[in-house]
Amino acid sequence: MSARDAWHRFRKNRLALVGGAFVAALVLAALFAPWISPHDPAEQFDDGLTAQGLPVPSTLPESTRFLLGTDELGRDLLSRILWGARVSLTVGVLANAIAIAIGVAVGSVAGYVAGRTGQVLMRVTDVVMSFPTLLLAVALVAILRPSLWVIIFVIGAVYWTWIARVIYGETRRLREMDYVEAARSAGARTGRIIVRHILPHLLPTIIVWGSLGIATNVMLEASLSYLGIGVQPPTPSWGVIIREGQNFYRTAPWLIVYPGLAIMLTVLAFNLLGDGLRDALDPRQRR
Amino acid sequence: MTRYLVRRALSSLTVLFGISVVTFAMIYFLPVDPARMYAGPHASVETVARIRHQMGLDLPLWDQYGRYVARALQGDFGYSYDLQMPVTEAVLSRFPYTLELIFAAIFVELVLGLPLGVAAAVWKNSWIDGLATVLALLGVSSPPFWLGLLFLYFFAFQLGLFPLGGVGGLSHLVLPALTAGLGGVGWYARMTRSSLVEALGADFVRTARAKGLSEWTVVLKHAVKNALNPIVTMAGQDIPWFVGGVVVVEMVYAWPGVGRLAVEAILADDVPLIMGTVTLTALLVVASSIVIDIAQAWIDPRIRLEA
Repeated sequence: MSARDAWHRFRKNRLALVGGAFVAALVLAALFAPWISPHDPAEQFDDGLTAQGLPVPSTLPESTRFLLGTDELGRDLLSRILWGARVSLTVGVLANAIAIAIGVAVGSVAGYVAGRTGQVLMRVTDVVMSFPTLLLAVALVAILRPSLWVIIFVIGAVYWTWIARVIYGETRRLREMDYVEAARSAGARTGRIIVRHILPHLLPTIIVWGSLGIATNVMLEASLSYLGIGVQPPTPSWGVIIREGQNFYRTAPWLIVYPGLAIMLTVLAFNLLGDGLRDALDPRQRR
Repeated sequence: MTRYLVRRALSSLTVLFGISVVTFAMIYFLPVDPARMYAGPHASVETVARIRHQMGLDLPLWDQYGRYVARALQGDFGYSYDLQMPVTEAVLSRFPYTLELIFAAIFVELVLGLPLGVAAAVWKNSWIDGLATVLALLGVSSPPFWLGLLFLYFFAFQLGLFPLGGVGGLSHLVLPALTAGLGGVGWYARMTRSSLVEALGADFVRTARAKGLSEWTVVLKHAVKNALNPIVTMAGQDIPWFVGGVVVVEMVYAWPGVGRLAVEAILADDVPLIMGTVTLTALLVVASSIVIDIAQAWIDPRIRLEA
């Protein structure tokens, strides 16, 4: 299968294209947030609160200054959501890179070197998986104290098990292939076989999980931040915006609706992109 | 069957050992000094040293681990500074609420998801099939705490149909269960669909059709029964994710479960309580996976023979 075939199949998948386009737009929005946001996300505007001291809704005619309305401190919601995209993508991408690095290492070695080493590695995976994912992340962040790097590290450290399982299954299949057999009988060493003959064939799986994993990690970061154990204010993360806005949900529901939509659309887009990549790269797994 | 049970028990023992190592390591390498926490901020250095000795914190690593496991085997997971009661007692008093919520959520998933999946398989590529796909995608993509707040706004605040949170009768359970379960409805529908589509193509279904049974008898009595097995596994594998996932739902609805307890423990910097909730929920997960595996081996002889 060539990359050209894969691109051809991918191009015909409308949902995947929509997902990919949204992801591209989001990356641009995050990169250029300082230039495209209408306001400073941290500035508390005097006209950002109504006469009663409440957030300004986006529906008022005089609020064209604040397209999505303002929050409880009179800050511009649209600007905060745009800046929040930076946090979500940074955490999502970097945590996923960590998860993939650990997951691929553990899964491919466990899958290729069966026997005791493989069993021990997969048992370790089972142990980590038996902890409730979000609760383990919550406890780890609490112990290590929340900061952006801790959150990235912790999400990677709880999420790799899923990838390890998938890679393990894939490797078990690949190790029975004739060319791997040939390399083995030619006397190639285990490390060399894994790097030269197994890893390249895991690439499609890794690419697919590169997208699906970001979706899960963006969700985990939002959940941690919503619980108050993730990104700390005043950094505008989507989870933080909802956490701060929830006390005002009756009078200012937009404080919940828009950042939540941002999370949903982002997760959805990475899921669509990931599903599309799977269909394009690996027709065997097509549902 | 006995051989299967023994093997299964042995493999969970290694997982339990792993859990004890991970949780012990988390406590041991903690930047917080438990003796200082216990003594309070104004205690003298001597008092802290005495408490450290009493708690066995001056012993070598292996001794401390041994004592940790010995205490855990007796159900002792330490004392909560914040609640002033044993951790085990605090967690167990909250467990029933979390279990109630999880079962209610799985009920929502199955009651809505299975029929939708059956319909999607029977009428393949129809609008109902499309609906299942869209629901599955939206379900996994919507943050549960966001759904929960939206439900609170519309159904509780605007329409006044349900209470705004807390526990009570069935009316208190509806919104949290929907919030926690709705995400999985489309997913279960998709799984039921693909499992059923496969079963509908199997030989035994052709035989049933050839006998002249009505289509609905074939689908419901013969195919669905066989298609359900992977779904049971999935519902079981969902539990760890769920125990974590309901944390945010418990926060939105002021539901007094284990997840809320864990978050409260963290905000109070109550380390024994944090670790107790994590350890005990992991044990719950291991226990539930044993129950599910045994149930499956009992339903499907192939599993116990392969082992």
